[in-house]
Amino acid sequence: MKKILFPLSLLLMSGNAAALNVFACEPEWAALVRLLAPEADLYTATSGLQDPHRIEARPSLIAKARRADLVVCTGAELEQAWLPVVLRESGNGKVQPGSAGYFEAASAVRMLEVPTRLDRGEGDVHAYGNPHIQTDARNFLPVAAALAHRLAQLDPGHATDYTRRHAAFERDWRAALARWEQQATPLKGIAVVVQHKGFPYLSDWLGLEEVAVLEPKPGLEPSAAYLSQVLETLRKAPAQMVLRAAYQNGRPSEWIARRAHINAVELPFTVGGSDEAKDLYGLFDDTLARLLKGLQ
Amino acid sequence: MFRRFRPFAAVAAAISFSIPALAASGNADNAFNPAFSLILSGTYGTLQRDPATHATGFAMNPHPGHGQGFNLSEAEMGISASIDPQFHGAATLALDPAGGVSVENAYVQTRSLGEGFKLKFGRFFSGLGYLNEQHAHAWDFTDQPLVYAVLWENQLGEDGVQLKWLAPTDTFVEFGIEMGKGRGFPGTERAKNGSGAGAAFVHVGDDIGIEHSWRAGLSLHRTRAVERESVNVPDLSGNAVTNLFSGDSRTTGLDLVWKYAPNGNIKERYLKLQGEYFQRTENGDLAYDTAGANVTDSYTVTQSGWYVQGVYQFMPRWRTGLRYDSLNPGIASVGAANSGNIIANYAFKPSRTTLMLDYSPSEFSRIRLQLANDQSRQALTDNQFFVHYIMSLGAHGAHTY
Repeated sequence: MKKILFPLSLLLMSGNAAALNVFACEPEWAALVRLLAPEADLYTATSGLQDPHRIEARPSLIAKARRADLVVCTGAELEQAWLPVVLRESGNGKVQPGSAGYFEAASAVRMLEVPTRLDRGEGDVHAYGNPHIQTDARNFLPVAAALAHRLAQLDPGHATDYTRRHAAFERDWRAALARWEQQATPLKGIAVVVQHKGFPYLSDWLGLEEVAVLEPKPGLEPSAAYLSQVLETLRKAPAQMVLRAAYQNGRPSEWIARRAHINAVELPFTVGGSDEAKDLYGLFDDTLARLLKGLQ
Repeated sequence: MFRRFRPFAAVAAAISFSIPALAASGNADNAFNPAFSLILSGTYGTLQRDPATHATGFAMNPHPGHGQGFNLSEAEMGISASIDPQFHGAATLALDPAGGVSVENAYVQTRSLGEGFKLKFGRFFSGLGYLNEQHAHAWDFTDQPLVYAVLWENQLGEDGVQLKWLAPTDTFVEFGIEMGKGRGFPGTERAKNGSGAGAAFVHVGDDIGIEHSWRAGLSLHRTRAVERESVNVPDLSGNAVTNLFSGDSRTTGLDLVWKYAPNGNIKERYLKLQGEYFQRTENGDLAYDTAGANVTDSYTVTQSGWYVQGVYQFMPRWRTGLRYDSLNPGIASVGAANSGNIIANYAFKPSRTTLMLDYSPSEFSRIRLQLANDQSRQALTDNQFFVHYIMSLGAHGAHTY
């Protein structure tokens, strides 16, 4: 009897210890956690159809943060409208900013568009740079490395598992990167218009050239007058397509696309932003497929 | 950022907030440390009746009222920061347009008590009800519902201690208790040891799918009033007298909020429905006409009120809202000595219907038009019109649900 019970209890114990409770702010980080810690008890706070700047500190989010061992977010002020309240109200000392249970992906990557002038007259600018880092697939390498390290720190009993899975992820991801970059060759130097400044990392990665933004200032809705102005610019310097994220209203893009005779391309932006973007690989497969289609 | 706001930092330092030289970790609050904000707000109001007149049956309650013509509202100055890994501090100072500064909030909250416990102490808005904790700039209408105006003087602020515990459940279940001085109505500030007022509340909330969310609450409040003075109270002979009430005050409240946004994306469209009900029983002695007859006898009354409102953002930047308010002054039982003096039954239920439309050029600015048909004063229908602006400078703190 003892012989059976002992391994059984070991199994139960390891089962309990392994179930790290993870609260992911955005679906892309949830997908990464899924790859590095598949057994984690995972909650995703937002979906690909929500504007990540505009989330409410809902009771359900507070309840989920209360039980988390690790909070994985973009940081760089992306979640400043709701996460500070969620964390404070959660009463969970383990996941407060500055503690080991609080992980910001943005701190692992090189930030773009760090403003030299911080003034609300410039719209909703983020002091630490543009927070939409997940549109450059290369950024997942440093984030995964930092996250695997953090997982191992929080759950030392499974440190070797995290290291092993991270090594596998890095190998697979580098292979995928090579494939995506190969596919993206025709996109290099292509002029694009963006609806919101959500794609500087994507453009930086694939060599797209952003010639205009539909929002007059970050976070401000494009007005008819401003769109006409953009249209005038496009008449002089044409672009190939206009990009928007799945969560954004399609009207401004469609308006410009019709008049400037260019393609309006909706990108998934994160996991779950389209039917094809089921995981991180699907996210970039679909992003590239849609961009390449936009060239036609 | 810090360098740009040096004058503000100096102000903050002057009111004894330490400015820890933390390395920027990418956390929102650290961009400004402490986070500093200023709300500028003002109204233009057109009223048909004297705004000083109380709601019928509520002459012994507060009456925050409205301003006529052009008015500057209090500028709300907010400063908050982590004090150290254990504490978070926040203060809101209200700069009165007539001069003077009052402390609206000044509290310290624990950051890492853990196990779902949060302790708050200092001066804070009580956690009872749904609207009570919200600052004026976050209100969906230019004014508070009538029930908040007459029962809580718009908002119950407390000097004391609040302990909240969040249950480790998938559904949001939070319990809170408060003990305080009882400085705000219905209490009266008085010199004594121990607690002058107590409150307890439970909040439950959750999501239904990704599009719906809700929160419900039950609140209890108890305090004691000592010689709480009311002036210009009508009596049975048609005079306006000054009365003093001393006794127990117990209030029960229910609140419910339900929000809906297509795809859960509040940037585009959302609908928010809420309603609250409060009932208060006061039991004690009333001194009638202290400047004249000065007769004291027992006085017991149960007042209640409720509101329901809906706010709909029909497209980005534009919202409209409708609210209905109702009050019940109750029928007082008045001791024999005062039965010929005090009006026990007003036989009138004040009500009001309010419609608003607001436009937010950005997340930091809002301009609102509001129309109200106020039937809160018997035979004195008041059609009210307001233009209201709310502008937010500096750090934009996250809002609560």
